[in-house]
Amino acid sequence: MSNVPANLKYTESHEWVRVEADGTVTIGITDHAQEALGDLVFIELPDVGKSLAAGQECAIVESVKAAADVYAPIAGEVTEVNASAADAPESVNQDAYAAWLFKLKPANAAAVDALLDAAAYSKVADA
Amino acid sequence: MTQKTVLNDVHRAAGARMVDFGGWDMPVNYGSQIEEHHAVRSNCGMFDVSHMCAVDVVGPDAKAFLRRLVANNVDKLKVAGKALYSAMLNEAGGVVDDLIIYFLNDTTYRVVINAGTATKDLAWMEARRKDWGLNLSITERRDGNDPLGMIAVQGPNAKAKVWEVLPQVKAASEGLGPFFGVQVGDCFVATTGYTGEEGFEIALPAAQAADLWRQLHAAGVAQCGLGARDTLRLEAGMNLYGNDMDESVSPLDAGLAWTVDLKSERDFVGKAALLANGQKAQFLGLVLLDKGVLRGHQKVFAAQGEGEITSGTFSPTLQQSVALARLPMGVAIGDTVEVEIRDKRLKAKVVKPVFARNGKAVV
Repeated sequence: MSNVPANLKYTESHEWVRVEADGTVTIGITDHAQEALGDLVFIELPDVGKSLAAGQECAIVESVKAAADVYAPIAGEVTEVNASAADAPESVNQDAYAAWLFKLKPANAAAVDALLDAAAYSKVADA
Repeated sequence: MTQKTVLNDVHRAAGARMVDFGGWDMPVNYGSQIEEHHAVRSNCGMFDVSHMCAVDVVGPDAKAFLRRLVANNVDKLKVAGKALYSAMLNEAGGVVDDLIIYFLNDTTYRVVINAGTATKDLAWMEARRKDWGLNLSITERRDGNDPLGMIAVQGPNAKAKVWEVLPQVKAASEGLGPFFGVQVGDCFVATTGYTGEEGFEIALPAAQAADLWRQLHAAGVAQCGLGARDTLRLEAGMNLYGNDMDESVSPLDAGLAWTVDLKSERDFVGKAALLANGQKAQFLGLVLLDKGVLRGHQKVFAAQGEGEITSGTFSPTLQQSVALARLPMGVAIGDTVEVEIRDKRLKAKVVKPVFARNGKAVV
């Protein structure tokens, strides 16, 4: 059983989303995703300032065995990326919820409400 | 319907992540593939290789059969127990499979073939036996009445761990040179492997395999899955059938010229095609200089033309991405080439197709 914290929102493509006090959202890949991929060895992050559409491919995580795209859960502008995760991809394996990938300033803050909650994502991850 | 090795329950109980590998339900890792990789380079690890198929080739014409069947020359096998790596070719010179032949005596050989190709290989071998009217039997030892389990124990401490668990095989296996096998009681113990490290491959009656696995694990041998097996073999520059060569690829274009005997008078299946076609491409290594991961089927651009990566991964030993690639003639070791990864072209250095052996990087 993978770890699915109750205080986060999720996507069917295995990203997690956390709304911060300043209105930005922090995004990473789920514990289920890191476990399915295996040891991560390479992460490519989007450029700060880039505008993303909801569902747009914006980052790449590669394990020893496979590459996977990361999609923007909602539309917004990239405000920050986690360079330390890119420098140490294994940190995502160690704690997928601490090793975030990038932050967005949402085009529409309400878009987060439409994402999956922990209960709904648990069903996706177990499918 | 996926097939299961005799160790399937052991893997599942150990919490292995299982995958379908050529129709077999096999462990890809037991946690961290990279830790398993390092365990083999620095200490020892073990792999379930019971999905591979041992085939006993026995009879007065066994030698004559193998002389014609495979591209390497079994005449090289003069000492009992000696093993030979070879490709088995079709008439067009393409690789039907790659295999290891153990010479037990003049009328008895053991051939180990790949898991996914076993059915095809056995039909091919049986058809050649019939065509050539030779007197021998071909008996597979995986799915039939007398099945073998096979465990590869690899790493600098592998032999010592095996002797700790199986003291009865020590005397017979202690003095074995590389690429030899010896039958000791129920166990066939061989100094072959697929990691670039020392160690043993042990074949024994399938019913005894789970006990041996548990005893080796209790003795401190790391359980390793197919994930680590792939990164280890790639670092060691060993070909994987289906990735680096297949029925459409000549062994001369897959880095296997050293296993093809074109010098002797002996005829073998595919020889005429190899002589007619010659070598068309080089099989070389790549080390990625930029950040990213090389993968099979990525295109390679060199001054001499285009090539293709046949196997690529991240090398845990080098901490860089490495690959085996089929490149145009004329590309030289030390050249820099470009690899197309998604929408980018990244730089890679051409090297000899061996990246690590005996615990150390060699590029």
